[in-house]
Amino acid sequence: MIPISHVLVLSALLFSIGVLGVMLRRNVIVVFMSIELMLNAVNLSFVGFARTMDDMTGVIFIFFIIVVAAAEAVVGLSIILSIYRTRKTLNIDEFNLLKW
Amino acid sequence: MSQIWLVPAFPLLGFLLNGFFGKFFGKRFVTIIAPAAVGFAFLQSLVLFFEMRAADGHRLVETLYTWMATGSFQVDVAFQVDQLSGLYLLIITGVGFLIHVYSIGYMGAEAGYYRYFAFLNLFIFFMLVLVLGDSFLLMFVGWEGVGLCSYLLIGYYFEKHSAAEACKKAFLFNRVGDFGVLSAVMLIFVTFGTLNFNIVNAEAATQLESGGILVTVITLFLFLGATGKSAQIPLYVWLPDAMEGPTPVSALIHAATMVTAGLYMVARLSHLFVLAPFTMNMIAVIGAATALLAASIALTQTDIKRVLAYSTVSQLGYMFLALGVGAFTAGIFHVMTHAFFKALLFLGSGSVIHAMHHEQDMLRMGALRKKLPVTYLTMLMGTLAIAGIPFFSGFFSKDEILWKAFSSPLGGGGFWLIAFVTAGMTSFYMFRLIYLTFHGESRVDSHTAEHLHESPAVMTVPLVILAVLSVFGGFFGVPHVLNFLPNGMELYFKGFFAQVPETTPGSAAAEIGLMVASVLLAVIAWSLAHRYYSTSLDAVTALRNRLQTTYRLSLNKWYVDELYNAVIVQPGKLFSTFVLWKLIDQNIIDRLVLLPGNVARGVGSGLRLAQNGVLQSYALIFSLGAMLILGFVLL
Amino acid sequence: MAFVTTTDLIPLIPELILLGAAFVVLLLDLFAPGSQRTTLAVTTIVGFVIALVAEIQLLDSGATGFYGTIVADGFSILFESLYLVIGILTVLLSLHYLDDHGIGFGEYYVLLITAVVGMMFMTSSLELLVIFIGLEIMSISSYILVGIRRRVPESNEAALKYLLLGAFSTGFLLYGISLLYGATGSIRIPEIVVALQEPGALNNPLAIIGVALIIIAMGFKVAVVPFHMWTPDVYSGAPTPVTAFLSAAAKAAGFAMFVRVLLTGIPLEAELWKDLFWAIAVLTMTVGNVMALMQNSVKRMLAYSSVAHAGYIMVAVVVGTPAALSSVIFYSCAYAVMGTGAFGILTVRHFGKTPDSYDDLAGYARYKPCLAFLMSVFMLSLIGLPLTGGFIGKLQIFQAALEEGWVWLTVIGLLNSALSVYYYLRVVVCLYMREGSVPDGAVLEVAESPGFALTGLVGAASVVVYLGVFPQTLLELAASSVSTLF
Repeated sequence: MIPISHVLVLSALLFSIGVLGVMLRRNVIVVFMSIELMLNAVNLSFVGFARTMDDMTGVIFIFFIIVVAAAEAVVGLSIILSIYRTRKTLNIDEFNLLKW
Repeated sequence: MSQIWLVPAFPLLGFLLNGFFGKFFGKRFVTIIAPAAVGFAFLQSLVLFFEMRAADGHRLVETLYTWMATGSFQVDVAFQVDQLSGLYLLIITGVGFLIHVYSIGYMGAEAGYYRYFAFLNLFIFFMLVLVLGDSFLLMFVGWEGVGLCSYLLIGYYFEKHSAAEACKKAFLFNRVGDFGVLSAVMLIFVTFGTLNFNIVNAEAATQLESGGILVTVITLFLFLGATGKSAQIPLYVWLPDAMEGPTPVSALIHAATMVTAGLYMVARLSHLFVLAPFTMNMIAVIGAATALLAASIALTQTDIKRVLAYSTVSQLGYMFLALGVGAFTAGIFHVMTHAFFKALLFLGSGSVIHAMHHEQDMLRMGALRKKLPVTYLTMLMGTLAIAGIPFFSGFFSKDEILWKAFSSPLGGGGFWLIAFVTAGMTSFYMFRLIYLTFHGESRVDSHTAEHLHESPAVMTVPLVILAVLSVFGGFFGVPHVLNFLPNGMELYFKGFFAQVPETTPGSAAAEIGLMVASVLLAVIAWSLAHRYYSTSLDAVTALRNRLQTTYRLSLNKWYVDELYNAVIVQPGKLFSTFVLWKLIDQNIIDRLVLLPGNVARGVGSGLRLAQNGVLQSYALIFSLGAMLILGFVLL
Repeated sequence: MAFVTTTDLIPLIPELILLGAAFVVLLLDLFAPGSQRTTLAVTTIVGFVIALVAEIQLLDSGATGFYGTIVADGFSILFESLYLVIGILTVLLSLHYLDDHGIGFGEYYVLLITAVVGMMFMTSSLELLVIFIGLEIMSISSYILVGIRRRVPESNEAALKYLLLGAFSTGFLLYGISLLYGATGSIRIPEIVVALQEPGALNNPLAIIGVALIIIAMGFKVAVVPFHMWTPDVYSGAPTPVTAFLSAAAKAAGFAMFVRVLLTGIPLEAELWKDLFWAIAVLTMTVGNVMALMQNSVKRMLAYSSVAHAGYIMVAVVVGTPAALSSVIFYSCAYAVMGTGAFGILTVRHFGKTPDSYDDLAGYARYKPCLAFLMSVFMLSLIGLPLTGGFIGKLQIFQAALEEGWVWLTVIGLLNSALSVYYYLRVVVCLYMREGSVPDGAVLEVAESPGFALTGLVGAASVVVYLGVFPQTLLELAASSVSTLF
C-alpha cells in the first residue's frame, strides 16, 4: 500500500505546478487548465485521506469538486469566448484595460 | 402629562407636509400649515412653561429612547424643559410664529414659496431640538441642523452670485466653530464619561480643578464654537453677508434665535465656565471688543439691513460681555429683549424694502414716514428700545449689563467704558437709520415713489405685537435699584446659574449715576443723529470730508474682510499656485490635503505599479502573500 | 427509515422560496415579450420579500435540518435577511441601468437570485462541503453577472479576472479543507472544533497549513490585502448595480463565513493568528485608503474604499471578543447599505452619461438636488460622521478594540479614517461646489430620476440614517446573534 505521505507530496507538487502555470503561462486557456490541475491535486489529496481513514466523506467531496469544476469550466470558457470576440486575442498580458 | 416631544414635532410635521406636498397642494395649503405648525408649538410651549414653573426643581425631563447602550456607556435621547430652555422655547416659538405670519405677506410673490416655508419650519424644529436636548448629543444635532437651514435660507436666492458666496462663507466659518464644539465634546466625554448637561454641571466642580488647564481648554473650545455660531470676533464676518437671505430669515435666524445659540451654550454650562476664569475673561474681552468694533462699523453703513446686521453683532457682543463677567441672568435677559426689538427692526426694514421694491440703500430713501406710518411708528419703538431710552425694554437689560460689567468682580471700569461708548454709538446709528429712512427729504426715485404703500395687515400686525413687546418687555427684569417692581428675571433664574462670588455690592448711588450717564449719552447721540440726518445731508458730508480716514475705516468694516483675505486666503492661494501647482491637481480637497495627502500619494504611486492590470501579477502577489502567511504560521 | 424528512426542509424554506422565484422569472422571461422587463424585476422583488418574511418567521425557531448541517440560528437569519435586502436594492437599481445599457437578459435577475441563494447556503451551513457549494453557486453566478455586458471589453475583462482569480482562490480553499479533513477526519465544523481542541492538535502541520489556506481563500473573498488585487478591476469593470451587489452582499457573505468558520469554530486565540490578522488589518486599511485617494474614477475610488472598509472589519476580527464580533455584524450591515447606495447613485445617468469621474459629478446640486443630497448622506456615513450608521459601526469596532487594549490598532484605524475624509469629501465638493457644464450634444435630462432607483436610494439613505439615530435595535440583534454562535 502506498503511504499517505507519497500521495500528499504528489498532490502538493501538482498543486504547485498548477499555481506556477497560472502565474507563468500566457494563454488564457492554458491558465485555465492550470487551475483545473490545482483542483485535481486537491482531489488527489482528498482521495488519499479518504483511503487512509477508510472514510467516504472525502470521496463524496471529490464528486462535488468535479461537478463544480465542470460548471466553472462552462462559464469560464464562455467568458473566454466572449472576450476573444471583443479583443481577438487570448494573450493574458493584453487584457489590461482595467488598472491603477 | 408634559409631552415635550410635541413641541418640535409640530414644526417637523409642518416641514414634512410643506416639503413633500406643498408643491401639489399649492400656496393656500402652505400658508395655513406653516404658521399653524409653529403656532401650535407655541401653545404647547406655554403649557410646558407653566408646568415647568410648578414642577419640583423647575425641570421637566422626558426620555424618548436610549440612543445606544453598549459596554461602558449609555446615551439617552431626552428632552428637558428648565428655566433656560423654557424661556428660549417661548422666544423661539413666539417670535418664530410672528415671523412666519409676516413671511406670508413678505414672501407672497416668490416662486419658491413652499420651499421657503418648509426650510423655515425645519429651522424651528432644529432650533427647538438644540434648546430642548438634555445632552450634547441632541444639542449638537440641533446645532448642525440650524446651521444647515441657515445655509439653505441664506442661499435662498441662489441664482444671485452674492447669495451663493454668502452661504458658502457662512458654511465655512461655522465649520471652524463646529471643530471647537466637537473637540470640547470629546474632551468632556473623556473627562466626565457622559454627555448629559445636568451631570456635567453638577460634577464640574468636583471633577475639574478650578482654573486648571483642562477646564480652560474645554471651555475655550466651546467658546470657539460659540463665536462661530453667534458671530463674534474672529468669526463674525459671515453674519453681515448672511443678509443676502430674505429679510424675515434675517429677523428669525440672524437676529432673534440661531445667533443666540452660542450664548445658550455658554449659559447652559455656566457651572463649567465659572471654573475657568481665563475663559470668562476672554469671553468678556471678545464680547466687548466685538460690541465696539461692530457698532463702529454700523455708524457708516448705508444698506439698511447691514446696519442692523452689524448692530446684531454688536448686541451679541454685549451679551457675551455679560456672560463673561458672570452676569448670566442679565445676558439671557438681553437675549430676550433683543429678540423682540431686533426682530421688530428687521421686520420693519423688511417692510420698507418690500415697499421700495427691494431697494436697501438708505441714501435712496427718506421721508417715508407719511407713506409707511405703521412701519415708522413700530420701528421707532424698536429704536427707542435698542438705544436704551428709559422704560423701553432695552433700557433695563442693557443697563443691567452695564452695571454688572462695572461692578462684577470679573468686570471692571474698562469693560464698562467700552460698553458705555458702544451704547452711545448704538443710539447714534439707530437714529441715523430712522432719520435717513423716514425723515428728511425724499431721495426715492420717482418710479418707486408712485408705488409706495404701507404693507398689508399680515405684515404690520406682527410688527405691532413685537413693538408692544419691545416697549414693555423690559419690565420682566427691573433692576433692584429702581425697585418699583421686583426683578422678575432674577427670581425666575434663582439658583439656576453658577454664582460668581460677589465682592462688595456697588452702591446704589453709583448705579443710579451710571444709569443717568448712559441715558444722557443715548440722548446726546440721538440729538447728534437728529442734527446730521434729520433734514439734509450737507452737514454730514462736510463732517465726512473732515474725518476721511476714520470714515473709510468704518465704511469698509475696518478692512477685516480684506485682512482675512490678505493674511489667510491670499498666502494660501499663492502657496498652492506656485509651490504645489505642478504637484497637485487644482481642486479644493487637494489643497487641503497638502502633507498627508502627498505622503499618501507617494506611497500610492508605488502601490499603483503593482496594480498594473495584468492578471498574472495579481496571481503572483496572491501567491507571495500566501507563501508569506504559510511561512509565518509554520515557523 | 427515511434519512431526510420534511422537517429537515424547514430551515431551508427561504432558499426554496427563492429557487421557486428563480424558476418563475426564467419562465416569465421565456413567455413574456421583451418589453415586459418591469414584470421580471417586480417578480424578483416579490420573491425576495416573501423569502424575507419567511426568514423573519424562522427567527427564534431554532430550526435545524439534515443532521445539524443546516441551521437557522440568529446569526444566519440576520445575515440572510441582509442579503435579501441588498438583493431588493440591487433589483431596484438595476432596472433603468439595464435599459440604458441594452442589457436585455432575463437571466440577470435569475442569476441575482441564485447568487443570493448561494450566500444563504454559505451562511447557514455548518459543513464545509455545503459551504463550499454555496460559495461556488454565489461565485459562478456573479462571474456571469460581472460579464453580462458581453460586448463591452471592460466587462469581459472584469469577468475573466474575477473568474480566473476566483477559481485560483477556490483551489486554495479546497486544498485547505482537504488538509483539515486529513488532520481531523471530518468536514463538519463542530467535529473539527472538537478534534482541534485536543491537546497538541494544533501542532499538527497539516491542521495549521489547512487553516492558513482557508484563511487565504477567505481573505480573497472579503478582499483583504494582499488578496485584494482583483477588487478594483472587477468592481470598476462590472455593471454598476452588480458592483453594488458584490461589494455589499458578497462581501458580507464572506465575512459571515469568516466569522462562522474561523472565529467561532477553529481555536485561533493563539498569538500567532492574532499577529497575522493584525498585519492584514493594518495593511488592508492603509492600502485601501491610499489607493482610493489616488483615483479619478469615483467608481474605482469606491472599489478601493470597500477594501479599506474590509480593513476596519478586520480590526474587529483581530479583537475577536463577542462585542467585536457583533460589531463585525453591525458594520457589515451598515457598510452594505451605504456602499450599495453610493454605487447606486452612479447608476443614474447625468448629462446623458453614466457618471464615472469626479468631474462627472459636477452640477448635481443644481440639476439633481435629490441625488446630490442622498449621495452626501452616503459619503458622510462612509466617513463615519455622527448620526449615520457608519459612525456607530466605527464607534463599536474601535471601542471593542480599545477595551481589549489594542491601542495602536485603534490609532492606525482612526488615522485611516481621517485619510478617507479627503476622498469622500471630494465627492461632496464636486456635487455642491462645482458647476457642471452640459457637454456638447448631450441631452440634459430634466426628467425626474428613475422611480425604482430613487425608491431604492431613498430607502438606503433612510436605513443609513435610521442606523445612526436608532442603532439600538440592530446592536441588540447583532449581540444576540453572536451569542447563538458560541
